[in-house]
Amino acid sequence: MLKNRIIPCLDVKNGRVVKGINFVDLQDAGDPVEQAKIYSDGGADEICFLDITASNENRDTIYDVVEKTSKKCFVPLTVGGGVRSVEDINKLLNCGADKVSINTAAVQNPEVVVESSKKFGSQCIVVAIDAKKSGDKWEIFTHGGRNNTDIDAIEFAKKMEDSGAGELLVTSMDRDGTQVGYDIDLMYKISSKVNIPIIASGGVGNLDHLVDGIKLGNASALLAASIFHYGKHSVKEAKEYLDSKGIPVRI
Amino acid sequence: MNVTIVDYNSGNISSVINSFKEVAKDKVNIKVTSDLKRIKSSDKVVLPGQGSFKSCVDALININGLVDTLNEFAINNKKPLLGICVGLQMFADIGYEEIETKGLGWISGKVSKIDNQKGKFKLPHIGWNEINITKDSKIFKDIENKSHMYFVHSYEFVPEDKNVISATTDYSSNIVCSVEKENIFGTQFHPEKSDKIGLKIIDNFINL
Repeated sequence: MLKNRIIPCLDVKNGRVVKGINFVDLQDAGDPVEQAKIYSDGGADEICFLDITASNENRDTIYDVVEKTSKKCFVPLTVGGGVRSVEDINKLLNCGADKVSINTAAVQNPEVVVESSKKFGSQCIVVAIDAKKSGDKWEIFTHGGRNNTDIDAIEFAKKMEDSGAGELLVTSMDRDGTQVGYDIDLMYKISSKVNIPIIASGGVGNLDHLVDGIKLGNASALLAASIFHYGKHSVKEAKEYLDSKGIPVRI
Repeated sequence: MNVTIVDYNSGNISSVINSFKEVAKDKVNIKVTSDLKRIKSSDKVVLPGQGSFKSCVDALININGLVDTLNEFAINNKKPLLGICVGLQMFADIGYEEIETKGLGWISGKVSKIDNQKGKFKLPHIGWNEINITKDSKIFKDIENKSHMYFVHSYEFVPEDKNVISATTDYSSNIVCSVEKENIFGTQFHPEKSDKIGLKIIDNFINL
């Protein structure tokens, strides 16, 4: 039986982790490679890096991080943040990323998704959808949640599936960072609309939220940051809890 | 010993390279090339493959003499070859992804889309799934039955001779996820992304 995946996400800026594990025994708490290794040794099903480097001159730092990580971690590695073009995707894959997540560029120029999934295969193209509730629908935000596009998130999800995305990483902008739980309605609506797997993101504060993401949101995978980084729970604890609730996980 | 990973522009093979180098350390030479002479003189060959069946077959054909060299290596000389993902699928006679495309024809059978039971099962089949080992394959030495492996695919290999199947996985039906026919090995899952247990399979192949 296929297992539901737990994916810790690390925010990386200028090649350093800005939101990460707070373990005392870490040699270098800002080293993304070391943190990724801790997660993969601890049973993470995949690792995700979100590059939040703002300045263009430091953008190349992520390639070095990906290259080093892929030589030490042998679980799938997804990299997102600032991916604009087929060439950016090519570079990340060549450095050792297994999947690349595309956000703003997928909205501004959906051809990037069409072209890259044809060139590299759908299996490595993840489209990241940042959505915010507006009345009875959800709208897509870009540029790290700053710009509203007025595009309907659910329609957009379908369009991305048709364009060749292999997975959708769905983040509720309303919930992100709040620790009050995933936006279950949003997850369920998108998951019901598309036939590709969705990764739920944004808002996890406790282990029951993870359970809800799968049971109620119908997500295939769960992305979380804070709950793991600050030592609140380990990936192992999360998996054991999901298992105790009858959710299939790899232990 | 020389192990060659065939680099034929089949998409992203950096993870395959990294994992083989990790396992090989300094004991074994890992080469990444499409050079026909190098392939011929190798002790073992790894045939990766990402993207569609058609794009991989096209990429193989695009390199002049590569298909003949692989045939000579695996069929005439019977040297060990491991196909991963679409690399395994190409062993088939024919594939149906995008358009009907001829495969290498090393193991009779076809590659068709996984029956998702009218949307009941999401495709691609992405993530960790248990393998049911059905045959005592050499690459499964010290691998426990029901081990988890990492999958990502929408198409499955359906061989005619069921005796070649060494493992299956359960996703809408029993999908063939590993084959062994004499010197030819293949995994639908990605050992290079399946953590320590996947590296053990690579180690087993290297040590054949």
